Amino acid sequence: MSEAAIDPVVAAAAGLGEDVVAISPRRLMWLRFRRHRLALVSGAFLIALYTLAAFCEFISPYGTVTRNDEAINAPPMSVHFFDAEGDFHLRPFVYAYHMEVDPETWIRIYTEDTDRKFPIRFFARGERYKMWSLFEIDRHLFTVDEDAYIHLFGTDPLGRDMFSRVFYGARVSLSIGLVGVVLTIVLGILLGGVAGYLGGLVDRAVNKVIEVLQCLPSLPLWMALSATLPVHWSPLLVYFGITIILSLFGWTSLARQVRGRFLALREEDFVMAARLMGANTPRVIHKHMLPSFSSHIIATATLAVPGMILGETALSFLGIGLRPPVVSWGVLMFQAQNPLVIELTPWQMLPGLFVVLTVMAFNLLGDGLRDAADPYSTAATQ
Amino acid sequence: MRSYVVSRLLGLIPTLAIISVIIFAVIQLPEGDVVSSTLDRLAAQGIAPTEEYVQNLRAQYNLDKPMLQQYALWAYNFLTGDMGYSYVFERPVNDLVWERLGFTLSITVSALLFTWIVALPIGIYSAVRQYSIGDYVMTTIALVGLATPPFLLALIFMHLGFEWFGVSTGGLFSPEFEDAAWSWARVVDMLAHLWLPMVIVGLGSAAFTMRILRANLLDELNKPYVVTARAKGVGPVKLVLKYPVRIAINPFISNIGLMLPALVSGEALVSLVMGLPTIGPLLLQSLLNQDMFLAGSLLMWLAILTVVGILLSDLLLAWVDPRIRFE
Repeated sequence: MSEAAIDPVVAAAAGLGEDVVAISPRRLMWLRFRRHRLALVSGAFLIALYTLAAFCEFISPYGTVTRNDEAINAPPMSVHFFDAEGDFHLRPFVYAYHMEVDPETWIRIYTEDTDRKFPIRFFARGERYKMWSLFEIDRHLFTVDEDAYIHLFGTDPLGRDMFSRVFYGARVSLSIGLVGVVLTIVLGILLGGVAGYLGGLVDRAVNKVIEVLQCLPSLPLWMALSATLPVHWSPLLVYFGITIILSLFGWTSLARQVRGRFLALREEDFVMAARLMGANTPRVIHKHMLPSFSSHIIATATLAVPGMILGETALSFLGIGLRPPVVSWGVLMFQAQNPLVIELTPWQMLPGLFVVLTVMAFNLLGDGLRDAADPYSTAATQ
Repeated sequence: MRSYVVSRLLGLIPTLAIISVIIFAVIQLPEGDVVSSTLDRLAAQGIAPTEEYVQNLRAQYNLDKPMLQQYALWAYNFLTGDMGYSYVFERPVNDLVWERLGFTLSITVSALLFTWIVALPIGIYSAVRQYSIGDYVMTTIALVGLATPPFLLALIFMHLGFEWFGVSTGGLFSPEFEDAAWSWARVVDMLAHLWLPMVIVGLGSAAFTMRILRANLLDELNKPYVVTARAKGVGPVKLVLKYPVRIAINPFISNIGLMLPALVSGEALVSLVMGLPTIGPLLLQSLLNQDMFLAGSLLMWLAILTVVGILLSDLLLAWVDPRIRFE
């Protein structure tokens, strides 16, 4: 989109006066978007979450498979500044676990052992890891001394740190949403654009396929398709397989919108002008038609991400999506299938909380973007 | 109206044909087939089948014929009411489907009714009292409800049911009615168990419908005719219910097409978590065991259920809204 500068002569002729300010469409959209407080907050939250997920090796004190035999199913630790005597410490610390086994139920009960303090060290050396599988580093955002341990979100039945696993899982779950949406956009624009631009028989065929796919319940078909992924596939292949399966049914609503826009824009004068000047079809579509509704595509795509994330979570939760050793929010929830888990180790439901927050943020952001992208919407001005 | 009904009914045929092709393709996708997995099972038991047995097995499942013929046979058998034999459950697929389809249908339909009953008053309230505390609370609950995966809701509700009522909330029947014959007491017992899956499955779509109703009603309430009516002294209840609500309520019917697939999906997922005797758990079992005849029939039935439901909602909409049938 170019600057929509207003010619001073035109402005004067229209009686707009000297103080007319030219605002580009993009800036206009940003001004409208800024009014949605919730959408702004959601956007900031998502940016923060994606950044954390991108640097999850550095954020997490441990790897995904590191086990702590002293803490099996241990609850989240709380960070202290004041010790048991009430003295203030500038360096925050956590207390070690004190474990007792209930003689009747054989359930481990953990309490804080106020005699053993583990000071938290920032940017200190800890477990070695490979950042983005590229360079080997041992610095972590926060960690504790070698003989100590820290589990801010508690541990799972194998004594693995939930905090680390949640953020490693965030990388997989969040990226599946993005990669899936990119595939969805490609499919949606391609098929919707072709249908809307060419019309006729192609349009009818694409429309029928959209109609059929939209009235199919997606989860049972996802289940059937992901059950067909061969067991011997590597985790990376399964990841892409699941992503493709999720976007196979997700492109329809976007394609329908794109098609509608194309049908309307086809008749516009500027498209006719471009065609008369000798622009070929791909150029007309790419240069003249797509930019005029790219903001709508972004808004619709944002609203499509939650479906992808929820789909992955549901499939992995059922055990037919991603499988361990891959860590995703769905895989983590797979361990929490029993309602007893909520009773005994509620912190294992934390990945679920992250799913809810992420989906909510995407929904709010998408709503805000959609209102901002639509110049005729009343919701933005209310 | 009659021509509209006929054209919609005729349109159903190509739709179902395309769906059957998609489903047949999906169940053909996995490596291996019924025969190879049966042979694997036999081998695990130490039985070496004869060549003749293998041939017979392949012939029984039509695997020795070309793909197109396999599809034709599958479709023909489905249409004539013979869905084959499930080798995992060692029962005819017909029996398995029929004893579960009713439960799937009743949960889905009751979730739809729940959606309407909840969304209508709350949507009206939120629109009329826009930006009140009640509106904020309801909108927040709707946002959270939309974002919570149904299986998570099921886990939480099951836990709460256990905590508050001390009863196990899984399943559709109490243990004493599990295998009992149908009786009045068994129906009552089922209804007592049905409400929980109904609420869980319906919550997401109730939130969705409520938000749409609120937005539509807000648009409607700002229109001049409402202002005129108010100026003429029409009472507040009549002012809202007489016209604005009747116009804003259209999505209740037109959105069935959007909601029904989601409800069927949610129902399958919730049934898996809560151990309900519906299609969902059976589908997962059949997929994990590569019992593709069973899986294909179940997928087909879920699709038919949704497509027919959407058709009914379209007809209902045409009946309610004359603009559609004269188009």
